[in-house]
Amino acid sequence: MSDFPPELRYARTHEWVRVEGNRATVGISDYAQTQLGDVVYVELPEIGSQVEAQSEVAVVESVKAASDIYAPVSGEVVASNEELESAPETVNLDPYGDGWFFMIEMSVDSLSDELLSAEAYEALCVEEGD
Amino acid sequence: MPFIPHTHADTESMLTTLGIESINDLFDEIPADIQCDGLPDLRDGISEMAMQRHMSEKAHIDETGICFLGAGCYDHYIPAAVWDLTSRGEFLTAYTPYQAEASQGTLQLVYEFQTMLASLTAMDVANASVYDGASALAEAILMAVRINRKSKSRRVMVPSTLHPTYLATVESIVSHQGISVESLPAEDGVTPMLKAKLDNAVAVVLQQPNFFGLLEDADTLTEHAHAAGALVIGVVNPMTLALLKPPGEWGDNGADIVCGDGQPLGIPMASGGPSFGFLCTRMAHVRQLPGRIAGRTQDKDGNDGFVLTLQAREQHIRRAKATSNICTNQGLLVTAATIYMTLLGRQGLKEVATACVRNTHQLVDRLTTLPNIEKRFTGHYFHECVLDFPESTVELQQRMLKQGILAGHPMTGMFDEGDRAMLVCATEARTAQDIESYVQALADG
Repeated sequence: MSDFPPELRYARTHEWVRVEGNRATVGISDYAQTQLGDVVYVELPEIGSQVEAQSEVAVVESVKAASDIYAPVSGEVVASNEELESAPETVNLDPYGDGWFFMIEMSVDSLSDELLSAEAYEALCVEEGD
Repeated sequence: MPFIPHTHADTESMLTTLGIESINDLFDEIPADIQCDGLPDLRDGISEMAMQRHMSEKAHIDETGICFLGAGCYDHYIPAAVWDLTSRGEFLTAYTPYQAEASQGTLQLVYEFQTMLASLTAMDVANASVYDGASALAEAILMAVRINRKSKSRRVMVPSTLHPTYLATVESIVSHQGISVESLPAEDGVTPMLKAKLDNAVAVVLQQPNFFGLLEDADTLTEHAHAAGALVIGVVNPMTLALLKPPGEWGDNGADIVCGDGQPLGIPMASGGPSFGFLCTRMAHVRQLPGRIAGRTQDKDGNDGFVLTLQAREQHIRRAKATSNICTNQGLLVTAATIYMTLLGRQGLKEVATACVRNTHQLVDRLTTLPNIEKRFTGHYFHECVLDFPESTVELQQRMLKQGILAGHPMTGMFDEGDRAMLVCATEARTAQDIESYVQALADG
């Protein structure tokens, strides 16, 4: 059974967001990493780039498929997890911790109502799993 | 029975959904003047015997002489075993299989092909092939733009010594993707050092030997391109790599992407096709390499086996977001090339390349003793050379054809007075007698 930490918000495209002040850390959910299988490569956004919510900013590649990662919020990319370049398996091992992808400094109020609570996201995953 | 499973009702229902009258409406964007209006010349059904006769007559139109043609497609000798083995039922498909691991023989062959190409070019990885050399170059340029994100530029520098068909293919594929292809002019048939020109270029293309058969200063050009922050894309003839420095060793760090046409490796000229293209790169760029890579691994019992290692970005998985939507490989021709290279070995390839150089130099030396025939350029040439003749080479070509000689490739439009210039080539398959026949036919004309 996948893990859905209650303090996080989730996108329908399976990214999670941890908000601290105006900074949003982004990764992919435990459910997403389970579905992908062994992650073999992660392509991260460039630091300093401006991103729009719901635009494609990164790629996660497993042995099965390469999938896009969408920015859950708008703003500037201020950090990306370079550790993943040499250790992409961290995404599988610790999706909510060391397996984070990138950090966005949000433009004002870009945290959209579209982002789901843990409960709502879990319901979505159960529905998808059916 | 037609092979299309849709019923008339299915088709009507789809047309209604799309809001169009007929299937032809889907092809509206193709300009009317290049649309085919039926096939009026196609006859009604004929007997197999009549068909055999008809096709064999058509085939003979092409087999009319001793071949001194080159320009990207070469008359090398192909050992009989190559196509005998390639035509076996187990190999006879143009595709790597989608149920890949069930076809261990095909995967092993692709793996060996990749290993041979990476070794010839001195690059880390090769893909399982693309359509031909020209489309391989277009893919290499798209790849360079994806890799070199730092440069922000979308200018690609292409020497005017590149094969003109390659240039045309590149322009038709990349110009619609916001990439500008800019020409580097040649001096005496080779690309001069133009440091300033390379500023803010995402990549520089370098064909070695170039279209005129001449050797470029690949080391210096590579150094200049890298110093300007541009990637280097090498376009090479795999046969020549048996003797020339491989692109992976150009300059201090080597080329970044290498591509070319595999026709010289056991593929018949066949009126100009089909052929296959190859594409090699550094490990650091492997995720941007279109197509697929077969890899060697071990199964759970520790036995060696072969798998498709890299296909996650292909179109059957990524759809519109695939690295390329034209990365169909040419499995059958790759099979022939792999068998050809296996039969010849490193030493055999070297001997073929050496014989090509020797024969072309003999041909050129002999022809230039005749009055008014001269080499166009002064630089070192490999197994092709541009000669100036005292007459139109298109006419000369027709005249020589009547005497059983395919005299060369006219260079009309390539440069000033190009209509008197012709690119000639004598492969290992040409004999001293063939060369004398060329000279004799010229004299008799």
